Amino acid sequence: MSNTAAPSLDAEAITTKERGQWAMVARRFFRHRAAVVSLVLFILIVLFAYLGPFFWKWDYKIHSEIPSWAAPSLDHPFGTDKAGRDMLGAMMQATKQSLNVALVVAIGSTVLGALYGAVAGFYRGWIDAVMMRFLDVMFVIPFLVITGALAGAIDTSVRWYHMAIILAVFGWTSIARAVRAEVLSLREKEFIEAARSAGGSDWHIIVKHLIPNTMSVIIVSVTLQIAFAILSETTLSFLGLGIQSPDTSLGLLIEAAGASAFNERWYLFYIPGLMIILIALTINFIGDGLRDAMDPRQTMVRR
Amino acid sequence: MVVFIIRRTLMMIPVLLGATILCFVLVDVANDPVQDRIFEIQQSTGEPVPQSTVDALEKSWYYDRSVPERYWIWLTGLGETNGDIGLLQGEWGPSIKGTAMDIGFEVSTRFWITLRLVLFATLASIGLAILAGVVSAVKQYSRTDYSLTFLGFLFLAMPVFWLGSLFKEGAVQLNNILGSTIFQTYGSGTTGFQGNGWEVFVDSLPYLIVPTLVLMLGGYAAISRYQRASMLEVMNSDYVRLARAKGVRNGTVMRRHALRTALIPVATFAPLSLSAAMGGAMVTESIFGWRGLGVYSLDAIRAGDTFAVMAYVLISGLVVLIGVLISDILYGVLDPRIRYE
Repeated sequence: MSNTAAPSLDAEAITTKERGQWAMVARRFFRHRAAVVSLVLFILIVLFAYLGPFFWKWDYKIHSEIPSWAAPSLDHPFGTDKAGRDMLGAMMQATKQSLNVALVVAIGSTVLGALYGAVAGFYRGWIDAVMMRFLDVMFVIPFLVITGALAGAIDTSVRWYHMAIILAVFGWTSIARAVRAEVLSLREKEFIEAARSAGGSDWHIIVKHLIPNTMSVIIVSVTLQIAFAILSETTLSFLGLGIQSPDTSLGLLIEAAGASAFNERWYLFYIPGLMIILIALTINFIGDGLRDAMDPRQTMVRR
Repeated sequence: MVVFIIRRTLMMIPVLLGATILCFVLVDVANDPVQDRIFEIQQSTGEPVPQSTVDALEKSWYYDRSVPERYWIWLTGLGETNGDIGLLQGEWGPSIKGTAMDIGFEVSTRFWITLRLVLFATLASIGLAILAGVVSAVKQYSRTDYSLTFLGFLFLAMPVFWLGSLFKEGAVQLNNILGSTIFQTYGSGTTGFQGNGWEVFVDSLPYLIVPTLVLMLGGYAAISRYQRASMLEVMNSDYVRLARAKGVRNGTVMRRHALRTALIPVATFAPLSLSAAMGGAMVTESIFGWRGLGVYSLDAIRAGDTFAVMAYVLISGLVVLIGVLISDILYGVLDPRIRYE
């Protein structure tokens, strides 16, 4: 602060910086140690998957000069598989495909679920009743069966975007419920009334006023959706109903490793498994940190 | 209470109908078993398939009519049928595997095998969740709490198929070391075992241990988070403080006053955990080589066998809906404020 004889009111105005809502959220988030560590780890995994292939000499394909079932060495840090595939290169590709699916599912299902939940909660009445019954129907349908049946019916080789679309189309129900619950209370607030009296259309109110105000719920559920999508996609691939060879996925790598958890080729089993766990774990911690950070009841004191 | 149960049971019917319609249309449109079979025949004989064979296939699988008509005949069996279709008449429809597979027989024998696993796993995971949640809440912000929370996150992040493969191999190793067969890791019971219901059940126990453990650990974490939160909320409430102030012993306060109320939100998660266990059974059954419903559904999906998939959808839907009903009744038992009249 300067020593010149400025009016005290001005000096005070300079010392306290304005903090927006998101700045507060960011500050709170960065106090959550587990969440920050997870964020760093997750970014490293993303870099490994998307930039790794540019720096590593082997790709995920089978090469005749790669020995079959080589133990981890400098040339093949994660070993090689039976067909002669460098596992580090395969891991990069598999992680990339799983992350592709997860990110598309997270965005797609969140958009779908948020709109559905907001519309149901906004209109109430019979529209809401019908839409909620449809959610009940979706809950009763076994998720793995319907997604597996659709993925299994694709005639051509199943690619990651097939999986992403199928999982997104059936994975949005939990977000719809969460957003609807929020909207039910938001729609009674004065600012919605103000928007309506200013001549805002229903669509305008839903998209511009209701959904932005449920952002905290939505962001947290995006993180949960990522974890959910990774686990579903790898499960389906493991069961042979997901991404298929020659492309690869973390689930496929584990399926190929088979019963090698306790023999000399243990690394084929543990490395892809740990990668799945690491992605889902870090995402869950990030979501937890975001939830804490965006909870308006949260005080700045962390016990 | 009886009126409530009857009303809820009647409300299940439209939900179940909606689910079967949606599934039927999706699975049916996605697959064309007649084309697949014709292609197969063509591959093996090398000659074009005569139209009469195509017609016979279409007729026996009811593919000579439209999707809505096929759904209707699958549900009611009304109209011109071969007498093997119509759910309301107790017929599950023809499998594309032909007479070698009777869907009704397969489903009814496999149902108990899977139900055993799913019920055990659900009960075990809810039990573990309550235990872990309560311990975490009572020892809030202690090292125990942090370790349990971390373990919960870890199991939440662990895919069931990976945990299953790991535990299966682990059990095999353990058997080798101990030179015993405590853990059976392949199949759901001794092959060719005959006996009454109880003997079959006792025989299946060694086969149940590891898959149940896998599903339990895969399913408890989400519930235990909610158990911890609700227990904390109750423990900070006034009536628990009052009970303490009266001089009631700590254990009694926890058991009688706090835990009973804290169990209410967890009752909501019982059906979720049941449906997760049904999904998990598909994975564990295929890892542990069970001949249960989960593997049956996987085979049906791979074959594109619509009527066989529908049988699974129907049964799994019924199990989940009954789970929802039980959890609603549990609400009434646990929460004295709720009365079903």
